[in-house]
Amino acid sequence: MEVSKLTDKDLNLGVDIAGVHLNNPVMEASGTFGSGMEYSEYVDLNRLGAVVTKGVANVPWPGNPTPRIAETYGGMINAIGLQNPGLDTFCNRDIPFLKQYDTKIIVNVCGKTEEDYIDAVEKLGEQPVDLLEINISCPNVKEGGIAFGQVPAMAEKITAAVKKVAKQPVIMKLSPNVTDIAEMARAVEAGGADAVSLINTLTGMKIDVNRRTFAVANKTGGLSGPAIRPVAVRMVYQVANAVNLPIIGMGGITCAEDALEFIMVGATGVAVGTANFNDPMTTVKVVDGIRDYMIRNGVKDIHELIGCVK
Amino acid sequence: MSYRENVEITRTACLADGVYEMWLKTEKMAKEAKPGQFISVYSNDGSRLLPRPISICRIDGNKLRIVYRVAGKGTEEFSKMEAGQRLDIQGPLGNGYELEKILSDVAGKTGKKVDRAVLFGGGIGVPPMLELAKQLHDAKTCDVEAVLGYRDNQLFLKSEFDEFGHVTVATEDGSIGTKGNVLDAVKTCKITGDVIFACGPTPMLRAIKAYAEENSIEAYISLEEKMACGIGACLACVCKTTHKDEHSQVNNARVCKEGPVFNAKEVEI
Repeated sequence: MEVSKLTDKDLNLGVDIAGVHLNNPVMEASGTFGSGMEYSEYVDLNRLGAVVTKGVANVPWPGNPTPRIAETYGGMINAIGLQNPGLDTFCNRDIPFLKQYDTKIIVNVCGKTEEDYIDAVEKLGEQPVDLLEINISCPNVKEGGIAFGQVPAMAEKITAAVKKVAKQPVIMKLSPNVTDIAEMARAVEAGGADAVSLINTLTGMKIDVNRRTFAVANKTGGLSGPAIRPVAVRMVYQVANAVNLPIIGMGGITCAEDALEFIMVGATGVAVGTANFNDPMTTVKVVDGIRDYMIRNGVKDIHELIGCVK
Repeated sequence: MSYRENVEITRTACLADGVYEMWLKTEKMAKEAKPGQFISVYSNDGSRLLPRPISICRIDGNKLRIVYRVAGKGTEEFSKMEAGQRLDIQGPLGNGYELEKILSDVAGKTGKKVDRAVLFGGGIGVPPMLELAKQLHDAKTCDVEAVLGYRDNQLFLKSEFDEFGHVTVATEDGSIGTKGNVLDAVKTCKITGDVIFACGPTPMLRAIKAYAEENSIEAYISLEEKMACGIGACLACVCKTTHKDEHSQVNNARVCKEGPVFNAKEVEI
């Protein structure tokens, strides 16, 4: 094979998601990165295509009892329960922090009822954020969350309700805990979604055999990490073939090669989640690794790779 | 400021059944570390993604010493490592003991200078008390009274505490010192002090919190909780607080960030 003569300057890593331009396709997955404040000691946030904030609701949520996490082979289970400080604090503290950086802001929104989602989305309409990611897939809260994400008709309805009031493009975050993820994707597309992100965590359970009890206090939790990546890649592939929406792919990404799997089956954006806990610099390493791959393989534009595996 | 470093192990030893020490040569970390802080230690095995938060036992120039109990596969992996091998670590993390501030706060609240600090360490809560004992001793502003609780006669680190103050021992099996826990030793040996620092299992900390409240003594306790990020982003390691926490806007503080050291009055355990 001819050795590529490309240099950094020749490359285009920029992508558009629902009309919003990202400098590169790499972001981090909601809930693993706060609003980037703590990670900014380790990561130059300017180097990320976007920062996806931890789920925020219209009012503060206390989350679940502890222990909230447990390590599993090649992954972890979490049941944080969407603890968040509520939108007022978030808008006064987290958004101004993120505005200091040359990156796009994607705000993940959670709710217990349709009214909660609408209230939060309306308030965010006046804020300088680029995209909204609607969390209808958290397995760790009893009401809302995943309830909206497992029944197609409900997913379509909540999408339509959010779209009616949203000032920013809307990404619907899909749960893998369904019989047919393509059907869910079609439902949110019918509801007017501008993009989809997937996958959220897989519902799991771990037993602490020494204490003879559940490893996380919530009994069940969301499984994430490299252990789930093949499931996630398969689901992104299915969704890419089912709908005409940009996809943000995630689930166990630890390096550029992992991210490229998602891109090649049709993801326009990719998000690093659990791997941030193992190495806080994973996101920028993924950006650098994608760049290296493109140079090595003579790929000028990231779009040559998006969906190249049919 | 905290750092991520790939560090060389300079020394390891087994101090008691299942209890190991490791000295790590850091670039910047040790110079910024305080007693009561911890480091995240990462496995070299890709199947174990989460760091193990381990408290800092001693700070010596550019070296950090950690002493930990083997509690699972991750710590078992560390226990088998030898001098010359390398590990990824991150830190120093958490608030640690701001000694000057704590001592002046306590004096302000009680109207009396701290003449004697009582340090409680229970089991694997003993190690973080050692650097604290050393720094209190070196500051020469108060006496150090250490009350250490062990399972049996394997009194790891005890002789090092002797260099920094008076030490009282309690053992669960009664083989050495007072039979029972650290508070049994306090009663038997009539130990008093002006401030309490404590690290150990939750039942011990709960008892110390109650003891401190009954006796109107300010107590600072080190909490432990399962962690994922270790830097305050994931909200896995929260503890219940009596007040609305400024960061969370609910009654939850992050053990890895606002803690692990808390004024006992401010947390519900």
